[in-house]
Amino acid sequence: MTSEITAITMPKWGLTMTEGTVVGWLKQEGQSVAAGEELLEIETTKITNVMEAPASGILRRIVAAPGATLPVGGLLALAAPESVSEGELDTFISAFAVPEPTAETTADAEAAKPRELDAAGLRLRYLALGEGDSVPALLLHGFGADLNTWMFTQPALAEGRQVIALDLPGHGGSTKQIDHADPASLADTIGHALDALGIKRTHLIGHSMGGGIAISFALRQPERVATLSLIASASLGAEINGAFIEGFVRAARRREATEVLNLLVHDPGLVSRTMVEDVLRYKRLDGVPAVLARIAEAWFPTGGQRIVLRDAVASLKSPVQIIWGREDRIIPVAHAEELAAGIPVHIFEQTGHLPHMEKSGEVNRLINRLIQNQA
Amino acid sequence: MPLKSIRQALNEALAQEMRRDPRVVVIGEDVAGGAGSQGQRDAYGGVLGVTKGLFGEFGESRVIDTPITESAIMGAAAGAAVTGLRPVAELMFCDFLGVCFDQILNQAAKFRYMFGGKAKTPLVIRTMIGAGRSAAAQHSQSLYHIFTSVPGLKCVVPSNAYDAKGLLIEAIRDDDPVIFCEHKLMYDLRAEVPDEPYTIPFGEANIVRDGDDVTVIALARMVRYADEAIDALAKEGIECELIDPRTTSPLDEDTILESVERTGRLVVVDEATPRCSMAADIAALVADKAFASLKAPVKRVTAPHTPVPFAPSLEKLYIPSPERIADAVREVHRYGR
Repeated sequence: MTSEITAITMPKWGLTMTEGTVVGWLKQEGQSVAAGEELLEIETTKITNVMEAPASGILRRIVAAPGATLPVGGLLALAAPESVSEGELDTFISAFAVPEPTAETTADAEAAKPRELDAAGLRLRYLALGEGDSVPALLLHGFGADLNTWMFTQPALAEGRQVIALDLPGHGGSTKQIDHADPASLADTIGHALDALGIKRTHLIGHSMGGGIAISFALRQPERVATLSLIASASLGAEINGAFIEGFVRAARRREATEVLNLLVHDPGLVSRTMVEDVLRYKRLDGVPAVLARIAEAWFPTGGQRIVLRDAVASLKSPVQIIWGREDRIIPVAHAEELAAGIPVHIFEQTGHLPHMEKSGEVNRLINRLIQNQA
Repeated sequence: MPLKSIRQALNEALAQEMRRDPRVVVIGEDVAGGAGSQGQRDAYGGVLGVTKGLFGEFGESRVIDTPITESAIMGAAAGAAVTGLRPVAELMFCDFLGVCFDQILNQAAKFRYMFGGKAKTPLVIRTMIGAGRSAAAQHSQSLYHIFTSVPGLKCVVPSNAYDAKGLLIEAIRDDDPVIFCEHKLMYDLRAEVPDEPYTIPFGEANIVRDGDDVTVIALARMVRYADEAIDALAKEGIECELIDPRTTSPLDEDTILESVERTGRLVVVDEATPRCSMAADIAALVADKAFASLKAPVKRVTAPHTPVPFAPSLEKLYIPSPERIADAVREVHRYGR
């Protein structure tokens, strides 16, 4: 009967996660749960996130109580039909072992390491997950971020397709030496990166400034863009929180950085000390403050956005969708609302500038749906 | 990201800064590595290999081997700094401070003040601290509190390879004299260290782990011991916040006070002797500025007020242990409950 029992285990979010702590359960034992429903909150050293039910069923047994810390793959709970007896659940739990690394999982782990490519002379770091014949997807992060911003997004899109997350020039593990920081140049760099990866056509997902780059790219090389998902995107209106941009460029210490990063999210509890430390470690590297100041000058001079492509977006042939958080304190949600006439717009309540992290499950579903409708 | 030892991190910091800035020079005993011996001038790179390879890359005008005379090394380095070079001088063991203290205390530390801000002294003095190698009483002390007590000196006490690289580069770029203390038992300790140069600002403590029950402050090797103790305490349900100040001058008072205001309980761990020490200094800071938040007396875990013993068994007792740290935390945690 054990085949009817589904083990719900600790997920792996991002490159460095090795364990997670159960914050609390959002469902109780005995409740039936639909696939995709919010099941529990898990805290890692970097972030707290909601885990959704991987499949539909009855939550029969919660194994990991709030406060428990488990390795990735550790047993959180069991789902099973009512016909399965309590004894069978006990037997399953006592027999459960966190899977040992096998040749296959080791190969997977190796494939899940970031690599580098040469985009017409610019060294860029990228992470590729998944494989398949479908059109690949490309994730473009925002100003000051890196590919880790997609820790909840990338694995969810990587079913049957390759999904690439790129560190933009000046960011993450990519080169900090760049000659041009304007949207058109960065869009051309995306084209070169796709060439280097041998990708002709892609589903583009861009967040914030990455959205602005995605729009510029779609306008310059429309034939290469299968779909376009824009999350709290730049280039859709003239306003942006100039204090955030300036504060992010300036912040050198934990206190300032924490204040600035808290502007990104609706619930400040989401921003962990490790997340702040990661940003500071990036910002301390020689050349980073200068390159950020340059990019900020090219994109967001004097507290506004230099490039607004709102009207051009409506003219794109590829399917486009807009995703935004109602409580976005960086780029106003009005930019999405003003587009709602011609383009599908999805606005999440109680969500800030990072819907792909704050509402990861729902945002993943929206992106997957647009991609699959197109396929 | 590549794992590097503290030795590698320091070597990389020196090499990168010497490449970036021709004014950076290294001066000290055997920094080129046994000059004159069999023609192998770059054999070793200092007694612990930190400056290995620099002589070969930068030559004898920038990697200057000296006689065994600390007063001359420090005097030459302080003078060179005032003329516009950025020397990194090596005081092999901090215990040798005595023979060159005038050059540090009364010259380097005072130039900027005495010349009305018109002179800068961009000098770094790298020096070894710490017990645990049976190096006996004259080669085992942790004297960072003495440097810390001198206005005009900055003092850095790193506990890991990431901090070591970023703090040494910050020290080299700083326009004031900086004493950079390296624990002699920690050179092989590895951590993720970026290949690129980077700086960590002085006066910004590192919060090593979060906790709400007791604040633990530790420096250098004691950070690892405290971390070990806190692991054991976590199993008993005691959650400690571990703070590594990283620099003793300037000292990040805000991070310490904010933590104690939250926990109300403080243990300071210091490998140095207890009188007039960093442990005493931090305890006084908290008594002065966070008294109303305290729920228990501040506990200090330090070496005893004695020279460092040579006998390994006695030396082991001398150095604060994870067990002693855990006992102190338990006592502070229990108090008043």
